[in-house]
Amino acid sequence: MITKLFLERYDKVGLIFLGIMATIAIFVPLSNLLLPTDSFLHVPTYVMSLIGKYLCYAILALSLDLVWGYCGILSLGHGAFFALGGYAMGMYLMRQIGARGVYGNPDLPDFMVFLNWKVLPWFWYGFDMFPFALLMMALVPGLLAFLFGWLAFRSRVTGVYLSIITQAMTYALLLAFFRNDMGFGGNNGLTDFKDILGFSIQAQGTRAALFFATALLLILSYVLARWMVTTAFGKVLIAVRDAESRTRFLGYRVEHFKLLVFTVSAAMAGLAGALYVPQVGIINPSEFSPANSIEAVIWVAVGGRGTLVGAALGAVVVNFLKTWFTTGFLAPYWLFMLGGLFIFVTLAMPKGIVGTLQDWSARRRERATYTEKSAQKIAEQGE
Amino acid sequence: MKQDQSQAPADIAAFEGGTKAPPSVTSALLYLDGVSVSFDGYRAIRNLSLFIEPGEMRAIIGPNGAGKTTMMDIVTGKTRPDEGDVLFDHGKHDLTKLDETAIAELGIGRKFQKPTVFESHTVADNVLLALSGPRGPFASLFGWRNKVAREKVYAILETAGLLEHRARLAGEISHGQKQWLEIGMLLAQDPAILLVDEPVAGMTDHETELTAALLREINKEHTLIVVEHDMAFVRALDCKVTCLHEGSVLAEGSLDRVAGDERVIEVYLGR
Repeated sequence: MITKLFLERYDKVGLIFLGIMATIAIFVPLSNLLLPTDSFLHVPTYVMSLIGKYLCYAILALSLDLVWGYCGILSLGHGAFFALGGYAMGMYLMRQIGARGVYGNPDLPDFMVFLNWKVLPWFWYGFDMFPFALLMMALVPGLLAFLFGWLAFRSRVTGVYLSIITQAMTYALLLAFFRNDMGFGGNNGLTDFKDILGFSIQAQGTRAALFFATALLLILSYVLARWMVTTAFGKVLIAVRDAESRTRFLGYRVEHFKLLVFTVSAAMAGLAGALYVPQVGIINPSEFSPANSIEAVIWVAVGGRGTLVGAALGAVVVNFLKTWFTTGFLAPYWLFMLGGLFIFVTLAMPKGIVGTLQDWSARRRERATYTEKSAQKIAEQGE
Repeated sequence: MKQDQSQAPADIAAFEGGTKAPPSVTSALLYLDGVSVSFDGYRAIRNLSLFIEPGEMRAIIGPNGAGKTTMMDIVTGKTRPDEGDVLFDHGKHDLTKLDETAIAELGIGRKFQKPTVFESHTVADNVLLALSGPRGPFASLFGWRNKVAREKVYAILETAGLLEHRARLAGEISHGQKQWLEIGMLLAQDPAILLVDEPVAGMTDHETELTAALLREINKEHTLIVVEHDMAFVRALDCKVTCLHEGSVLAEGSLDRVAGDERVIEVYLGR
C-alpha cells in the first residue's frame, strides 16, 4: 500500500533517476574504500570528490528548477543561498580548527588574529556546535529568501524585474563578504579546514562519507521537490507560472505560495552549499558572483526546466563538460562554449534534454496507439 | 431612467425614477452607486449605479468603450474606483477596500473576456483548482484538495459538457470548450455571484445556444452578470438588461424595452 502510494508519485524518469542515484550513492563510496586501486571498478578519490561537487550543483539546480520551472520565478541569485549555506558550514569547520591554526589561537580563527581582533564576533557564537551550524545552513538562506520574497512578492514584483533584483541581491552580498570587517574572512574566505565531526577532512573515509551524504541529500531533495509539485500545491505553482492573475481571481494568495516555495528552495540550495564546502576545501566571496547564479540557470535550461530530474542532469552534464574543456587546450574558449550551448538549447531544444526526450517518447506512444487502432479497424472490417 | 449626474448620491433617497421601488443597500447582493474612475484623464466610468438582486441574472450590453469590462474590474478589485460605493452581500462588504483574492474569497467569481484557463493543466485539474475550499499553501500541500473525490469534479465537467475531455490539456481544447471550462471553473468556485465577460465571443451559433442554456441552468442556483454583444444570445438569456454608454447607465429593463429605447438605438443598436 505504502509502496504503491510511493510509486504513484513518480513517473518513469523519476524512478530511473532514483534508481541511478541510489546506485551511485552506495557504489561510489564503497568502491573507493573497498576495491583495490588497480581494479577496473575502483573510483579514485579525486573522481569521487569531483562527482560529489557535481551532485552539490545538481541539488542547487533542483532547487532552482523548483522556483523557476514550476513557479516561473527566474532567480538569478540562487548562488547566494548556496554560498550562505557554504559559509555556515565554513564557520563550523573554522571553529573545529581550534588551536591548530597558524597563529595557534584557540578562540579565534586565523584571519581574526591577523586582523588584530581580540574577541569572537557575536554572529560566530554557536558555530562550534554542529547541530546549531546545521540549522543555520538551512535557516540563514531560508530566512533571507523569506524576507526578500516577502518584500518582492507582496509588491508583485515579477518577471525580469524580479530577476534583476535577485541578481542585485547576490552582487550586494558579494561586495559585503569581500570586506574584511564583515568578519567572514574577506577576500580569502574560509579555508585550511581540518576536521568535520571529529574526523579528518582529508581522510578517504570522510570523503566517502561526504559523498554519500551529498548523494543522499540529492535524493531527499528530489523526493521533497517531487512531493511538492505533485500535490495540489504544485498544481497551484504551475497555475501561477502560466496565469498569475487568473490564479488570484480564483482566490489563491499567490504571494504565499511563492514565498513558501522560494524559502524551501533557498534552504535546499543552502544545504547543497554546505556539503560543497568540505569537499572543495574552501569558501570565498567569489561563490556569490552573479555569473555563478546565471550558470545555474543554464544548467536547468539545458537539462529541461520543470522536470526536476532534468535540472539535476543538466548540472552534471554542463559541469562535466566544463571540467573537460577547462583542463585542455580549449580552456580559453569555455565561456564561448557555455554561451553557445545556452543559445543552442534555447533555439533548438527549449524543453531541454529531459523535456525533449519526454516529448519524443510521448509522440512514439501516440503513433503506436494510432497504428494499433488502425490495425484494429482493418481487422474489424476484415471480419 | 434618470440619474443625478451632478455628484455621487450617497443618499439612496436621492434615487429618482424607475418603475420599481428604489433599490436599497440591504436588498441588493451587489450594489454600485455613484462610481467613477478615470485613466489618464479619460473617464471610463462616470457616476455608474447598478443594483443586482440575489438570484437575478443581468445582461449588460453597450458599445465598445462603454465601460463594461472596467465595471467588472472594479467589482473584482482589479481597478480601484476614484469615487463611489461598491458594496457586496447586502452592504456587508466594501469591495473598494479589498484585493482580488479577498474579493474572490467573498464569493465573487469572474470569467474573463479572453478565456484564461491553465493551459498546461488537464481540464479536470483546472476544475480541481477552482473548487471552493481552503486555498492556503499548506492546505494545498497537505490538505483536502489532494483528496477531492473525482465525482465532484466530474459533476461540474458534466454540467459544462466537458466530461469526455477531462484528461486533455486545457491548452488543447477548442476555443468554445475553453469558454465552457471557464464557466465550469466559475461553478466550481461556487460563488455567490458570477461575472461572465463575453462568454460567446468567437463561438458558433450552436455553441452559443448551448452556452445560453448552460447559463440559464446555472442561474437556477446562482446570481449572474453577463456582459455580451450578441443580441440573439442576450435574447436567449431572457433576463433584465442594462445598457451602458460612456461609463454610465443608458437604459435598463426588459430586452424589448431597452432595445426600443431611442437613445440605445442611436448609440448602440443602430437604425
